[in-house]
Order: sequence, then C-alpha cells, then structure tokens
Amino acid sequence: MTRGNLRNAAFGALACACLLTSAACGSGFDDKQAGPARQSDGPATLQILIGSSGDAETTAVRAAADAWAKSTGSTATVTPAQDIAQQLGQAFAGDNPPDVFYVDASRFADYASVGALEPYGDRISDPQDFYESLRTTFTYDGKFYCAPKDFSTLALIVNDTLWKKAGLGDADVPTTWEQLTSVSEKLAAKGITPLAVGDTRDRVGAFMVQAGGWITSPDGKRATADSSENAKALEYVQSLLKGKLARFPKQLDAGWGGEAFGKEKAAMTIEGNWIKGALKADFPDVKYSVHELPAGPKGKGTLSFTNCWGVSARSRYKEQAIGFVEAMTKADQQMAFARAFGVMPSRQSAKAAYTAEFPGDTPFVNGAEYAQGPVNAPKMESVLADFDTGIQQLASTSPASVLARLQKNTRAALGN
Amino acid sequence: MTDTTTGPAAGGPPAEGPGADGADRPRRPRLSAAARESLAGWLFVAPVVVILGLFLLLPILMALWVSLTDWNGQGSPFKPGVPFVGLDNYARLFTEDDLARQDFMTSMRNNIYYVLIVVPAQTVLALGLAVIVNSRLLKGRTFFRAAFFFPSVTSSVAISVVFLFIFANSGAVTGLLALFGIRGPQWFADSRGTLHLLLGALGLVDPNAPPAALTDGGPFGLSWWEWLSGPSVAMTTIIMLVVWTTSGTFMLMFLAALQDIPVTLEEASRLDGAGRWQTFRHVTLPMLKPTLFLVLTLGMIATWQVFDQVYVMSQGDPAKTTLTPAYLSYKTAFRNFEYGPGTAISFVLFVIIVVLALVQRWVLRDRDAAPRPRRRAGKVRA
Repeated sequence: MTRGNLRNAAFGALACACLLTSAACGSGFDDKQAGPARQSDGPATLQILIGSSGDAETTAVRAAADAWAKSTGSTATVTPAQDIAQQLGQAFAGDNPPDVFYVDASRFADYASVGALEPYGDRISDPQDFYESLRTTFTYDGKFYCAPKDFSTLALIVNDTLWKKAGLGDADVPTTWEQLTSVSEKLAAKGITPLAVGDTRDRVGAFMVQAGGWITSPDGKRATADSSENAKALEYVQSLLKGKLARFPKQLDAGWGGEAFGKEKAAMTIEGNWIKGALKADFPDVKYSVHELPAGPKGKGTLSFTNCWGVSARSRYKEQAIGFVEAMTKADQQMAFARAFGVMPSRQSAKAAYTAEFPGDTPFVNGAEYAQGPVNAPKMESVLADFDTGIQQLASTSPASVLARLQKNTRAALGN
Repeated sequence: MTDTTTGPAAGGPPAEGPGADGADRPRRPRLSAAARESLAGWLFVAPVVVILGLFLLLPILMALWVSLTDWNGQGSPFKPGVPFVGLDNYARLFTEDDLARQDFMTSMRNNIYYVLIVVPAQTVLALGLAVIVNSRLLKGRTFFRAAFFFPSVTSSVAISVVFLFIFANSGAVTGLLALFGIRGPQWFADSRGTLHLLLGALGLVDPNAPPAALTDGGPFGLSWWEWLSGPSVAMTTIIMLVVWTTSGTFMLMFLAALQDIPVTLEEASRLDGAGRWQTFRHVTLPMLKPTLFLVLTLGMIATWQVFDQVYVMSQGDPAKTTLTPAYLSYKTAFRNFEYGPGTAISFVLFVIIVVLALVQRWVLRDRDAAPRPRRRAGKVRA
C-alpha cells in the first residue's frame, strides 16, 4: 500500500462526508422558492384528487373534467385517491398539493385551520343557492371556504317484507320517538330485531339533534356536550339498546347498518342515501322504503355528510381552479353526477329536478332543511373517536359519564 | 487484508471516525500500519455508511426534529416558521391529564399485555415445534417443517383477513364452540378484559361494579382497574394470530441451533445417567441460549411494534382495547395532523424497545460462576 493509495483513501472519506452533509441540508428539505408564480388566466394544468366512491364516480368526474378542459383549452388530470386523507397530508407536507381536491366535511376544519384551503366560497356564482346547513359546514372563522360537492342525509330505512310479517302497515312507520319504541316492541315480540344502528356519533348523533343538542355550539367555538338535551338523547338510545330494540351492526354480524339490513337481520336501519347503491349491488331482492327519521322532543333532526371542492391555497392556477369548481357545481352538472353515481345536488335550484327524477329520495332531500353537519372544529378527530368508544359501551355505562368525558375532551381540544 | 477490512465494519462504525482520522494524519510523514489498515477499512465500508446514513440515520434525525416541534403538516418542517416546543410533546404523553395521555397509556397497557403473552407463548411453541421436527423418530419431518413454517411466509394482511372470517360471529370458531354447547363471545366486538372476566369468574370482584379502591385512582390517568383489565377478548384473537404466524420463523432458528448441537453431547449425558428431561434441561437448553436470546429479542421488538394486524383487523376498536403505540402514532400523525405528538410516541416506543433489549441481554448474560464446571466447554462459543 503506497502513499498515493492512502491519499486517495483520505479523499474518498472526505468525499463521503461531503455527500452526507450535502444530503442532510440539500435542496429537498428547505424552502425552494419564495412562492410559485401565480397565473390568473389563460390555460392551466390542473391536478384534481378525488376520494372516489367507485368507478362510476371516477368516470363521471373524468368526463366532466374533460369537457371543462376542452372548453377552456386547459388540461385537467383527475386522480382517484386510495386514501385521500393520507395522500393529502403527504402532499401538503411535501409542498405540492393538488390544485383541486375533495375535502370531507369532518376534516374540513383541520385543513382550513392550518391555511391549506383557499377561501373562495363567495366567489362562486350564487352561493346562497347551496343549502344553508351545507354552507355552515364549510364556513370557518366566518369565511365560506369551499363549494359543497353534493350531500347525503340519514333517513329511516324500513324492510317492507319484515314489516308486513309483523303485521304492520304504512301508518305504523314511526314519526316520533314514542312510536319508534312502540313499533319496535311489536317487532321484537315477533322475534325480529327492530333496529340496526351504527355505533358511532355519525348515527347516534342524529338522536342528539332530534333532542335539540349537539357536541359543540353552532359556531364550533364552545363545547356543549354535557347538555340535558344530549343526555336525554343518549338515555333514549340506551333504553333501546338495553331492551334489545336496537342493536349495533357488529352484534348482528355485519360491518355496517346497511349490511345488517340487507341480510334482513333487522327491520329498520338508520343510513344515508348511499344505502341504495349498496342494496342494489349486494342485496337486490330486499324490498324497502325510505322515511324521514322520527322526530324527537325538539322536532325533526338528521345528520348531513358532504364533501366540498377544496382549492389549494398554494395552487398556481387558483382562478382556473375556481372556474373548474364553478363548472362542477352547476345545477345541470350536479344532476348529471346524481344520475351517474346517486348523490344529491347541493344546490337548492336542483332540488325540484332531483325529486322529480328520484321520488324515492324525497325523505333524504327533505332532511337538508333540518340537518346538522359534522363537528366543525379542528383537532376534534381523536375526541370524537373517543366519543364513539363511549357509544359502543353505551348499553353498560351511564350516558352522563360518557357526555362528561366528551365535554372535558372537547373543551381541551377547543381550548376553552 | 480481509480480516482488517471486516474488522471495523463488524465493530460498529462510530460516525466521527473518518473525519477525525483524515484531518490530522496528513501532517505526519508516515502512517503506522494500523492506521493505514483502519483507513482502508473505512474506505471499504464507506458505501454502506453513506447508504445507511442517508436512508436510516438521516430520516430518524429528521423525525426527532419533528417530534420537538408543533409542525402542522403544511410545507417543510425545517422552515423557520415552524414552532419549536422542546420536550412538550413528550411531557404531554406523561404528565398532562388529557385525552392524548389517556390514549397513549391505554395503548401502552394493551401492548404490555400483548407482549407478556405473545413473547413467551411464541417462544415456547417455536421451541416445542423445533424439538418435535428435529426428532429422528418422526416420520415425514420435511412435511411438518414446511407445514409449521407456512404461516410465516404468508402475508400478514392475508392471514388477518382470514382470521376476520374465522372469528366472525357466524364464523368457524363460534360454530365449533357451539358444537360443544358453548356460546362463544362476539370476538371483534368484545371489549371486556380477560383478566376482569377471570377475576369475575373466580368471584373475587364483580366486573360490573369494581371496588372503589381500584377505580378511584391509578398512575398516568388510568385507574388501577383499567390497568388490570388484561387483554380484551378482541385482542386475544390478534394474540392467537401472531403466535401462530411467528412461531414458524422462530422454529426455524431453534431448529438450526438444535442441529448444531453435537449428538455426542446428548449421548454422553445419557451415559452419565441423565433422563430425557434432564438432558433437555441441562444440556440442550444451555446450548440454545444464544438462539433463545435472539428469538426473545426479535419477538419483543416485533411485538412492541405490532401494527399491520391492528390496522387490518380492528383499527384500535372495540373501545380502544386493540390500540397499540405504533398504530396510535400513525393515527395521531396522519389522521389528526399532529405530527409532533405522533413522532414523539414512536420515539418513546424506540426507547422502550432499546431498554428492554438491554435488560434482556443482562438477564441472559453468561455468568462466569457456572454451577457445572464440566459445561465450560460450551462457553467458548459465546
């Protein structure tokens, strides 16, 4: 081994060290440029990430995006996500989010609070045309952020065959809590499980709305979980569970209420309009009808679920992205989506056309008038997951303690 | 030359080595032979050091930084605007009375029970299987070896899905129990702790009305009663699955070690009058000690990191009784956008694993004051 070799070796080691340090603080990890150049008009290249419900939705959105692209001379690439929450999280962290993407109502506040969304809601034509409950859902700190894509509400689904078997008629469909209890007792007496209800706040929460309560105040700033209204709702649900008048899907060996209902393990379930597609695909022989949820002490109440078309605050083509959303939320386009994959238009001007074409869905659409959206506050995901845990044990714990825990956690998350 | 180059690599390269060496050596006219050899050694291992540094050490350090910040997942965590919170994320997991600590402690409780059951069970089962398939009297040994090893080579996700079917309320297990007139539990919906059930069955406490002494307080925000729940019924299904799938791999390791033991040793002990069990206990088992340490350590690391079964089968449900720190870390970071607390959980997990591995090493160390001087010959290997 000569000295020359040795020197080479030293240089090699030095080069390795350089490589390591340069990798450590290379261009990949710091602020690349002060901010991408913004283009306000002209053709754009839009990346659109959708949390698709299936092939039907992907195809329909692709067709609509192509039509928009052709008319504006832009390109629009629609990508269906495998797991949109995770993919968006990674995209935001990596500083290259898609221009337009679905934002689930339950995660909306998380995105809005960290400044990921462009608050463009009022720049869409005729924003008042969206149902008020949906606009509230996508309003954060007084700003209407993004246009609701479509929506679903919960309704009471009744199995007509089991209904007849128990000697019940159309007039027996419950419209109040009292009727729900009495009709359930009649079904149970015939050996039929009356009601399958999902074991989360997304189903049981409807009872809280019917009792006049909710987890947070309407502006999402205060925790109102331990109110007497909420206690009344959970006590009622508990009475149904204890009397075996209502069962959770898992107890009926099903993944969700619709599956328990499709297997005819329960005469009623509380689900949204997505159940139509599921029943058609998996249980085509089940005969059912849809009714509005029974009213509680404070009147009718249901929950709404929705997505909005989020526009990234970091997009290079914000104006074109808003133009794209404009095209996607036109009443005609929403009707086209409704036909393709069975969602309900978020614009009130499309309501008449929709109920004319899908009369069986009227109870779902009517729900929009009195629906409560998901909790509209950031950092609530783990709190609500904890509440779900409480609901799962509702049959054996006291509703007051479940709500007290929810109140404590919500206050901590909201910082009050 | 071969010896000298592999030397430093096997000894675990300290990171500051090459720089320090290269910096002050050139001043000297000649390098000693030892220094030259060590330099050449570093050169040879340099590619691996670079790759490990780039893809292992660097990401870990980046994650460590994230765990000290309140980064919200927008843009790079290395920008100036990212709030630095020091050890707050760690402190929250242990000191503050809120949901984050409660979730973390619940996941710790679940995982402790999981480790306490899975590690001994899979080790004993693997050893037993290895002894069986190593027996010269067994017919069709190759078949059994393959059969026992088979679960280990199947994807854990696929097996998890199969278990979901087997343990469904109308599945095979419930059906089998029904044949014997037993009404099986609703496996994946059952959040009752098995220790609670056991205490209830023995009549010591009533699980529906636990004594106030246990429910009133306890360490880290969970009551003693909650700490003493034992794994839930839902968790036991995951335990069964993991024991079944991993024991095949560990069986293979034990088998290799068993085949290394000279037959003459066993024969000698037999001639000395040792029985079958004595031979196993005092000859075979001590020879297996290094393998036992390997299996226990690998088992412990894997069980503390359990993730995919939870992700596929239960997502932490029912009632958070299958929540584990690894899954909680993922959920906190990627579902709630709380990347700081999420990475903090994973570093706490890292520390737990390292500490436990060191404890295990200390417990299983070779004691020089061996009771049987005759067995000294075996020590040379260790």
